[in-house]
Amino acid sequence: MRVWSALSLIACSSLLPAIAQTKPMETAGTSDLAQQELARFEKKVTVKVLPNGLTVLLIERPEAPVFSYYTLVDAGDANDPTGESGLAHMFEHLAFKGTEEIGTTNWPAEKVALQKVEETYAAYDAEYRKRVGQDPAKLKQLRDAFDAAKKDAQQYVVPNQFTEIAEENGASGINASTGLDSTEYFWSMPANRLQLWAYMESGRIGHPVPREFYKERDVVMEERRMRTDSNPIGRMVEQFLATAYVAHPYGRPGVGWESELSQVDATEAAIFHKKYYTPSNMVIAVAGDLNASTAMPIMAKYFGAIPSGPKPEPMTTVEPQQNAEKSVIIREATQPFYIEGYHRSDYLDPDDQVYDAITDILSNGRVSRLYRSLVRDQRIAAESEGFSGFPGTKYPGLFAFYAVPLPGHTPQEMRTAIHKEIDKLKTQDVTDDELAMFKTRARVDLLRSLDDNQGLAQSLATYQLRYGDWRELFRQLDKIDKVSKADIRRVANKVFTEGNRTYAIIETVSQQKSAEAAPKAGGL
Amino acid sequence: MLLALLAVLPALVPAQETQQAQPWKQIPIPTLPAFHPQQPRRIVLDNGAILFLQEDHELPFINGFIEMRGGGRDLPASKTGMVSLYGEVWRTSGTATKSGDAMDDLLEAKAAKVETDGDVDSTSVSWSCLKTDFDAVFGLTTDLLLHPKFDPGKLDLAKQEMAAGIVRRNDDVGEIASREAAKLVYGPTNPYGRTPELAQVMSVTIADLEQFHEKTVIPNGMIIGVTGDFDGAAMEQKLRAAFGGLKKGTPLPPAKDSFNGPTPGVYSVDKNDVNQSNVWIVGLGTERSNPDYYALSVMNQIFSGGFGSRLFQNVRTKMGLAYSVGGAYGASYDHPGLFYTVAATKSATTVDAAKAMLDQIDDLKTQPFTDDELRRAKDELLNSFIFRYDTPEKVLSERASLEFYGYPADFLEKYRAAIEKVTTADLERVAKKYVDRSKLAVLVVGNVSQIATGTPGQPGKPLSDLGTVHPIDITIPMPPGMQGGPGNQ
Repeated sequence: MRVWSALSLIACSSLLPAIAQTKPMETAGTSDLAQQELARFEKKVTVKVLPNGLTVLLIERPEAPVFSYYTLVDAGDANDPTGESGLAHMFEHLAFKGTEEIGTTNWPAEKVALQKVEETYAAYDAEYRKRVGQDPAKLKQLRDAFDAAKKDAQQYVVPNQFTEIAEENGASGINASTGLDSTEYFWSMPANRLQLWAYMESGRIGHPVPREFYKERDVVMEERRMRTDSNPIGRMVEQFLATAYVAHPYGRPGVGWESELSQVDATEAAIFHKKYYTPSNMVIAVAGDLNASTAMPIMAKYFGAIPSGPKPEPMTTVEPQQNAEKSVIIREATQPFYIEGYHRSDYLDPDDQVYDAITDILSNGRVSRLYRSLVRDQRIAAESEGFSGFPGTKYPGLFAFYAVPLPGHTPQEMRTAIHKEIDKLKTQDVTDDELAMFKTRARVDLLRSLDDNQGLAQSLATYQLRYGDWRELFRQLDKIDKVSKADIRRVANKVFTEGNRTYAIIETVSQQKSAEAAPKAGGL
Repeated sequence: MLLALLAVLPALVPAQETQQAQPWKQIPIPTLPAFHPQQPRRIVLDNGAILFLQEDHELPFINGFIEMRGGGRDLPASKTGMVSLYGEVWRTSGTATKSGDAMDDLLEAKAAKVETDGDVDSTSVSWSCLKTDFDAVFGLTTDLLLHPKFDPGKLDLAKQEMAAGIVRRNDDVGEIASREAAKLVYGPTNPYGRTPELAQVMSVTIADLEQFHEKTVIPNGMIIGVTGDFDGAAMEQKLRAAFGGLKKGTPLPPAKDSFNGPTPGVYSVDKNDVNQSNVWIVGLGTERSNPDYYALSVMNQIFSGGFGSRLFQNVRTKMGLAYSVGGAYGASYDHPGLFYTVAATKSATTVDAAKAMLDQIDDLKTQPFTDDELRRAKDELLNSFIFRYDTPEKVLSERASLEFYGYPADFLEKYRAAIEKVTTADLERVAKKYVDRSKLAVLVVGNVSQIATGTPGQPGKPLSDLGTVHPIDITIPMPPGMQGGPGNQ
């Protein structure tokens, strides 16, 4: 039995309110409701910038004796240094390996052993990368020395102790994720474990250790094989983004190119940490049955001890304007697919909410234009959507459209049908009802998202980091109110142009033909 | 120089047995205040319908569901997939007086939802809306429940979407593996193992849907749950008015499915466009009504319950063989769950990963459970227990499930007490009784030739190292009318 499925879908889709809404006459009351909620949250939310520059945010929500936290680091795989793609994600995995106090039988000795691991790896790596005059005997000897150093370091490891302590203390939903824009750590716990959590989280964020780095690198390689190499859509998306971007790191896979990921080392990870995990580059939010007067001092004590550092300099690379359509055609023995994308501006653009309106009108549910046109009426696609901010929103991302063809229909038909919908957006105003629906749904979905500790911690931390004020979560509704029909036409005409487009298709061919085609993506 | 000297030291000094100071143990953990989550109010109507009212005034919404007994397992195997079509077409068709499309327009303008769903043992209608829209939205919900009008056009649409899913089902290794694993354990015609084929989907008619609706939408056995910002007494009146007049029907006969477990052996599915294998080791699990359920839950926690579990520690952390590794001795409410372990590993280490998991399964019987493992597993289960009922919605959902499957309302509280009592002797006993490698099947979905040959620098091992290999043919059967279209893999 599965009665909540439809409802939980609604709840989930609104956790990251990239979309919000407004004032249509029939539900004029919702605007006031959002105002009331903001007023209510003003009393529940406490924000503090610690002397080291770290922002901590606390939401009092005493519904049950539990809390959730969300650590948001303003750095992701878009910040990976050249030649080290996948490093931010590797670091995220490292953060589960413990601290100088957790996960070791003897830190001073382990530290020395880990230095030896780095030295032997550097020596091996130098020989391995030699393009001329590589000496196989020496390479093996260096590899053996590296393996011996790892083995030596391993004797001090108490495997998985960090997560074990969390789990024994009732942590639920322990996880982390690394995107191109940011890195996030989160879990929920009984409310009486706040201090234990603050001790653990500040330890691994502030003073991580390069424990079992190379073993974890193998694990991440498996993650790459799973998500990208062995998945047709994964392989296609990697090629699609690499084609759409020529300069900006949004064109690199977040998990890293196989050659680079397989060669990153713990020394590089430490440099990344020092640069990007500075307190001023992070926001940590907690939500639940907590009291600001007692909880804030605990957070200040543990997180305030992280050494401060300069905020990393903003990225210089800006993707140059695209002037001609680009394409990726994959011919293989998997089912057909169509995706296209157009470069847009980043989330700070005043038109950001206009993109939200376009996304909503084109893609949100059975009333959406793409569903009604491609799925319901033409019956050529199983699903079709357009969405904004792919693969990220912090820097200029893509507005992407995709369609999954029904049996017997081709990617070419998807392309034609999508372009027809885009043209309509450019040449005709959306209807009053469509615009009103977008505004209502944005507002109500925001309200719906306010009764979940983990979702609240995530939303408020995100808005605090992105806009410098969590209240923007509510205030964006005013911007959404102001979106007009003319705005939608103007933005559609500006962005959805042929020269700004990249597309990728999968064309189905037989197994045999597929084998004759060029070598597969993913180094098979 | 100093650095070099120091580096030699650890090799000479044996590692210390005891760990360094453990500062986290000094951190005070205040007593958690007693927490008695609010229970929903249960009301039984004369016609057998059961209402659960759970007030929650935090936000101005009212959400709810109406659940009926009867699902895919109550339909013949020749109609596999029908209940999913039913769950979709019910809503997209709409009612006698309002089409599904018109309902979409009306509801979305209010940012409200009414949805239907078809599952293996039940069907449901659910809604979510602002409390100010309740009367309108609830009216649409009951209209849909009592006066649906199944539309041939919407059935065709749903069939096409499902057909698209079927022809795509061999593109993703993980999807192939979980599907074939369930088939191995439950059998290809058992409701928990079977998957819809094109011919079965295409054979579903409007009359099939109407008959199923007629048979299943009866008040006796129906469970209605409502949560949100409402007044209990007023809501009770509204629900009585809506459901009190429904006439009792004939309940469906209980499902009679047999559960024999897999035919042991090694099974393979060949995918030549991947470099990673999905390895599953599968057998039958148990039911929650089993008195050994509690000991098995603790064993399960030690075996595969998280980052500290034996499976995770060994296959991922120690051996670095997989990113994704997991498993469970599954327990379902009213049929045996799935006992499985799964890992995704590069082609060359497929055989090693399978062996490592089989070893872990064997170790359940040979490697004694320690007091520390027992303590940790109990702490993990009991300290996180609160997340089973930390929101009014979860409490309501749990109560409805217990009601649906005929479990006592205090099952959760009893669970807690029973977990506390489990001993290492209990663990040993249930491991001996329930874990039997000779009854398990091994399934590998991957690049069979690459698994044997490996990749440059990484020699592989043939699957035959695990035993005689039975290849599974996953070619998608195409009905005569659809041959030649893009189908098979």
